Amino acid sequence: MADPVATRDVRVSPHGTAVTPGARVVQVQKSLMTHNDGVAAANRAAFEGCLVLNIVSSPGSGKTALLERSVRELAGDLRVAVVVGDLETDNDAIRIHAAGAPSVQIVTGTVCHLEAEMVARAVDQLDLAGLDVLVIENVGNLVCPASWDLGEDLRVTLLSTTEGEDKPLKYPRIFKDADAVVINKVDIAEAVGFDRERALDAVAKVSPGTPVFELSARTGEGMDAWLAFVRERLAAKRG
Amino acid sequence: MHEFGLVISMIDLAEEAARKEGADVIEAIHVEIGALSGVVPEALEFAFGGARAGTMAATARLEVTYIPAIAYCATCQSEFELDNRFGIAMCPTCDTPSADLRQGREMHVSHLEVA
Ligand SMILES: Nc1nc2c(ncn2[C@@H]2O[C@H](COP(=O)(O)OP(=O)(O)OP(=O)(O)O)[C@@H](O)[C@H]2O)c(=O)[nH]1
Ligand SMILES: [Mg+2]
Ligand SMILES: [Zn+2]
Repeated sequence: MADPVATRDVRVSPHGTAVTPGARVVQVQKSLMTHNDGVAAANRAAFEGCLVLNIVSSPGSGKTALLERSVRELAGDLRVAVVVGDLETDNDAIRIHAAGAPSVQIVTGTVCHLEAEMVARAVDQLDLAGLDVLVIENVGNLVCPASWDLGEDLRVTLLSTTEGEDKPLKYPRIFKDADAVVINKVDIAEAVGFDRERALDAVAKVSPGTPVFELSARTGEGMDAWLAFVRERLAAKRG
Repeated sequence: MHEFGLVISMIDLAEEAARKEGADVIEAIHVEIGALSGVVPEALEFAFGGARAGTMAATARLEVTYIPAIAYCATCQSEFELDNRFGIAMCPTCDTPSADLRQGREMHVSHLEVA
């Protein structure tokens, strides 16, 4: 399948690549994300009435657990729905549904991230006008989801205490672009020897000024500050 | 990684622009890839080798310009280049971290060579 591509020196000067003398040049100046960004903008317009969060993390950091508990605690006075992306299975949507929120599963197959178009199709199954908060659980992956705008208001990057404190340094882009960072599984922080100072320092270095919420989706510790943040941002969006 | 999907978008953009100019063949696609874009230039080339067959770019070269990451320090009111691959933007003059990234996320088709 892949035949070798003729290239000149890759990673050349910042002054641009050489053009063959005499060649006819056509200017393009377009992002490879043009299509996705267009759909994301349309999503953003459709999401005008509700607050939309895009939750990203490594596999198993506790995205679904955080959403289950958030749904339970917000459901008293807010209408919440969830869109969940996974490579396979609809287990996560079933868990969210059991927690009391409408949920739509996107099975991405081999695609390692959600794209704006997948989200547009999924929200067709929801009554957006009747929602206060829409949460999108992205595919567990710290690399690919970073580049794909889904039309969300807030990008929330989750890190759990079992993953090692230097995650933000290894995956800077997804932490740099985060509007909030959640450190989950603080209930087992001590048992796994989590170095809290180092983790907070790594987040502050890569993403200075970003709010950090330390919590346990299992015990509920620290959830209040996180939920207050969500409510605050919803109020701010609605002016 | 998603370089294959990116390459499909890249060829689409290139074909659209080339057709608009009445060209038949794309001889080269010039792209700009930022240091913090998450795109690996080598993976992009590999994906291009697999995706270009049957398109106007079937024999095209891929020319990649690597764009360094640059941040702005509000204290010193000056820009600086990130000196590490971790995306840490510490001003080399005053040692303040900056969240204001001015360059480095690019994934652009800049221009083509056509015939
Ligand atoms: N101790 C502890 N375990 C947790 C916590 N949150 C989640 N877990 C456990 O971590 C595992 C993964 O949690 P999930 O919520 O499925 O994680 P996820 O990020 O949604 O996973 P993927 O969707 O597969 O990427 C489960 O066994 C959870 O019970 C927590 O705060 N403390
Ligand atoms: Mg999950
Ligand atoms: Zn400075």
